[in-house]
Amino acid sequence: MTPVFDIAVAVARVAVFFAFVFGLVVIMTWVERKGAAYMQDRRGPNRARILGLTLGGVFHPLADALKFLFKEDFIPDGAHRLFYQLAPMFALAPAIMTMAVVPFGPPVTIAGKTIALQIADLNVGILYLFAVSGMAVYGVVLAGWSSNSKYPLLGGLRSSAQMISYEVSMGLSVMGIIMVFQSVRLSEIALGQGALLFGFLPKWGVFVQPLGFVLFLTALYAEANRTPFDLPEGESEIVAGYHLEYASFKFSMFMMAEYIHMVVGAAVVATMFFGGWQFPYLADKGFVLPGGFSVAVPAAAVLILRIGSFVGKTFFFCWLYVWIRWTIPRFRYDQVMRLGWKVMLPLSLLNIFVTGLVLLYIDKGGF
Amino acid sequence: MTIGVKKVARPEKMSFGESLYLLEIMKGLAVTMGHFLHNIAHNKDIPTIEYPEVRRTMPARFRGCHRLMKRPDGSPRCVACYMCATACPAKCITIVAGESPDPAVEKYPVRFDIDMLRCVFCGQCVEACPCDAIRMDTGWHTPPEDTREKLIYMIDKLLEK
Repeated sequence: MTPVFDIAVAVARVAVFFAFVFGLVVIMTWVERKGAAYMQDRRGPNRARILGLTLGGVFHPLADALKFLFKEDFIPDGAHRLFYQLAPMFALAPAIMTMAVVPFGPPVTIAGKTIALQIADLNVGILYLFAVSGMAVYGVVLAGWSSNSKYPLLGGLRSSAQMISYEVSMGLSVMGIIMVFQSVRLSEIALGQGALLFGFLPKWGVFVQPLGFVLFLTALYAEANRTPFDLPEGESEIVAGYHLEYASFKFSMFMMAEYIHMVVGAAVVATMFFGGWQFPYLADKGFVLPGGFSVAVPAAAVLILRIGSFVGKTFFFCWLYVWIRWTIPRFRYDQVMRLGWKVMLPLSLLNIFVTGLVLLYIDKGGF
Repeated sequence: MTIGVKKVARPEKMSFGESLYLLEIMKGLAVTMGHFLHNIAHNKDIPTIEYPEVRRTMPARFRGCHRLMKRPDGSPRCVACYMCATACPAKCITIVAGESPDPAVEKYPVRFDIDMLRCVFCGQCVEACPCDAIRMDTGWHTPPEDTREKLIYMIDKLLEK
């Protein structure tokens, strides 16, 4: 096979995953507003129409994009012009980069070549993810500082403290997963979750690491600046926080970064704790049920089921963000810090300790 | 204690289950999902009125936008007596009187402007009018406009309602 084939495959993978994530970002802006409306007994967006059709407001993301494009690109007088313009890029670039390591399907064989359905199967996997998503804080802090305004500065300060605190427990909470599946590669973690636990339960991360799952999900919400941890934005206290002085497409870059964080975060939770592309009881050749039954399924259908299960899980966790947002009010700042350092950190250390003990016990021939 | 400050009783201590938060969050999620599903299934129950297409029927005694009454021959009933302009607490009525062509009537309003941006809809003008020439029974609140000039209603606009 030629390098042309490899390049074509690489480009195709990037294109497909980009389309998936950005499509989901667009859908999520609609889901967020419509979901909010229906949970609060309102109707939500329903005005944008094309050819007399509103279709429940699905054209609103389009109207939004057009609006952002045509607005004046305003730079405040007191702002640091270079950093003010760099900040949205610093926010968006790491958000896009994180999606590279998430596997959206099992490896497939085309024309005698095995192709991983993942943009880059890095051997550092999760570590890359944390390294890159940790950089997202620079965009927020830069935006907060370079706007030369009080509310953005407060937002930037809050987010630097919050994102750095929660990064600690986020990193520690996935240690359990790494210990159980003996790998930091997301593809191997997804593959490892195809096994069965006690002969009937899928060996998903959430079943082997329930505490780790809760801790990771909480830390993920804090990292993505979503309610109940949306203090950097805090509309009712500091107006809009770090992106207060931004208008037009720069603002929409921050918005996109937030939603991409959401979508990639949801994909990562699905991959690490809910089996990723694994469909329950579906092996390579077909369903293998616990009672010893098996149903043969054609290979193409298996692939579609698996990719579909990844998409479904990702969508569920995207929806969970919205669901949580309209359920739980924002924490007070001291409560966020106390939860991060005094509750999450000890619990994640305890989780690692207990996981280590259990693994050692199994190693010595227990269970 | 300062007057008007109300002390809300809070539980001294949360129970263990409550302080864990997770169970309480689940309950909250159930509530919001309940509303969500109910509103999807019973779309008609949402109390929102979709304003420009659907309009709330105002109660019969609602007092909103003004109108000027006409005589049977179509001329304004108003005799330009300035009673309404005098009674108006917001000073939003401007009247310029002219001599009426009709020998039975002394004066008629050449100009009769109401500045709807200043009007407080108190109804004093209606109370003051000796000829029942001004009423506020159009069943309308002032519709929004894009310029201030459009919100100063001239006599033609007031007569046509």
